[in-house]
Amino acid sequence: MSEAAVQDAALEVEADVVLDLHRRMVRIRLFEENAGKLAESGTMPGFLHLYVGQEAVAAGVMSVLRDEDQITSTHRGHGHAVAKGAEFRPMFAELYGRTTGYCMGRGGSMHINDLSRGMLGANGIVGAGIPIAVGAAFASKYRGEDTVAAAFFGDGGSNIGAFHEAANMAAVMTLPVLLVCENNGYAEFTPQAEHMKIENIDDRAASYGMPGVVVDGMDALAVRAVALEAVERARAGGGPTLIEAKTYRYFDHQGIKGMRIAYRSPEEVEAWKERDAIKLMEAVGVARGFATAEFFAGVWDEVLADVKDAIEFAEASPHPDPADILLNVYTD
Amino acid sequence: MSSRTLTYVKAFNEGMHQLMAEDPDIFLAGEDVAGYGGVFHMFDGLLDAFGARRVFDTPISEQAIIGLGTGAAARGLRPVVDLMFMDFLGVCMDQVANQAAKMKYMYGGTVSVPLTITTAGGAGLSSAAQHSQSLEAWLAHIPGLKVVMPASAYDAKGLIVSAVRDNNPVVVVLNKKLLGAKGEVPEELYSVPIGQANVVRSGTHVTVVAIGRMVPESLKAADILAEDGISLEVIDPRSVSPFDTGTLVASVRRTHRALVVHEAVQFGGIGAEITAQIQDEAFDYLDAPILRIGAPYSPVPFSPVLEAAYVPDAARIVEGVRRLVKRG
Repeated sequence: MSEAAVQDAALEVEADVVLDLHRRMVRIRLFEENAGKLAESGTMPGFLHLYVGQEAVAAGVMSVLRDEDQITSTHRGHGHAVAKGAEFRPMFAELYGRTTGYCMGRGGSMHINDLSRGMLGANGIVGAGIPIAVGAAFASKYRGEDTVAAAFFGDGGSNIGAFHEAANMAAVMTLPVLLVCENNGYAEFTPQAEHMKIENIDDRAASYGMPGVVVDGMDALAVRAVALEAVERARAGGGPTLIEAKTYRYFDHQGIKGMRIAYRSPEEVEAWKERDAIKLMEAVGVARGFATAEFFAGVWDEVLADVKDAIEFAEASPHPDPADILLNVYTD
Repeated sequence: MSSRTLTYVKAFNEGMHQLMAEDPDIFLAGEDVAGYGGVFHMFDGLLDAFGARRVFDTPISEQAIIGLGTGAAARGLRPVVDLMFMDFLGVCMDQVANQAAKMKYMYGGTVSVPLTITTAGGAGLSSAAQHSQSLEAWLAHIPGLKVVMPASAYDAKGLIVSAVRDNNPVVVVLNKKLLGAKGEVPEELYSVPIGQANVVRSGTHVTVVAIGRMVPESLKAADILAEDGISLEVIDPRSVSPFDTGTLVASVRRTHRALVVHEAVQFGGIGAEITAQIQDEAFDYLDAPILRIGAPYSPVPFSPVLEAAYVPDAARIVEGVRRLVKRG
């Protein structure tokens, strides 16, 4: 971690903010690493798109949202759920397909949600959450609330028609929504340069008549700062903002095993890991005297204990009863 | 209860006015629904009555329109969003099929989506292949959606009321050729239950299950055949999902013959499902194979001559019934 990076990130920052961002990111990291292992060992069904590496984006944005603010997420949605305050027990139970899960075992990884905390769901369809977030933001405006919505999507998702339609509608209707593009450089296995001609996705904001901003998606404090500005504008009736956070996923598109094809170089992966968002927050915290290295180590231990507890809870939870297969197709 | 004669579209419109007056959580969004009142004038007067906050035009962005409704419904509002032509399902099917319809189930029951999607289906206006389709079978194949198809002025009002009050995504398919059809409509707000078929005409010889515009065509056929002493029982399912199998099975057990007619393409149409359900539950009562009538397996043609040949009508129903009664 370079001295400059630490100083840059540490300008005018409060201890509780750094510790909050750090804890959110560690919770995501340990949730994901353990979930990945369980999936690949065959203990858990299905497949997982892991968020490891991108934690600063979810943590930074969610740190300026309230429970009543709404988010929509992606197929890589665990991190957004954790950062929004979702609990480990029903999250792991859902990944195990058990009745105690957030979706009662009906949704799994790609449909994790926590409506009680404004997490309107992960989504298996790229870009599909963006119009839904716009609808959630409309509800805020319709009711005269100062709540906001945030839609998360990737560089790949910014190429789908739903993004264009939703961005334009949000702008023309002046809706309180953040469009948060997590540019991790790859649409699955296709690098950005092969799927768009522009380098900065926030360039697209101008075409909708909304502000756009690029931020270092490995720096949770920087993400928090731009999100705060966007949220304040949205709450005050100033409409949407497109935030592009440049970030990186450490694992493959899916799972934790190594790359199935050589679409990224090991050097590239290692270079991004050098700028790890959690390491940065720990360096800032220590340099500013907010906390000691021992304190941060303690956070990892505490969170790991929570993860283990949640896995035990999930494994002890009942499977759904096939007699209930039609439950919740409709609301009575 | 006082009633008077209204057109199908006016009856629908009156239902919308009364619903919006009753519930402030209802809003209407879509392409040209506000200032213009909808291209078929389904929404006339709503902007003046309820203002631009609750009745507004959107960009031509069907995915975003359905998504707007879905997200707002998930937060407890009761949106009515308009998809101008049913054919435009092609540009927003993800939001309809993968989002609105599935949210309740895949999110473990934690959310309801009280969304109403209004749209106009059916041929007969020389609108050609992209503005004339009857795609109810697409929608009925998606668990989580409800699909209603009013065939009378009375049902146009009663079904929009039920749809908007329903806590699930409901697609209300108005038939373009029925917009001017007149019928008795009560002045007050009333509802027609979703998933309950209507025995439009009682008869003894053949049960005709007719969808949408084929209901009035079947009634015409019934008049023609009555002159020859053939008595049709005409049943309008009113909703293709959920589907009221019981009413038509009870009918077929009395008449022993069934004909299913819709203006959608016959192959893979909802008529195939209805036929299968009748034979599942009334096979031993049948005196003849169940007859299906639908459109040929082609896009809807533009030429009025071709279109008239394409869409089933009373003459084809009469001919079908005559074939049925000759058997057994």
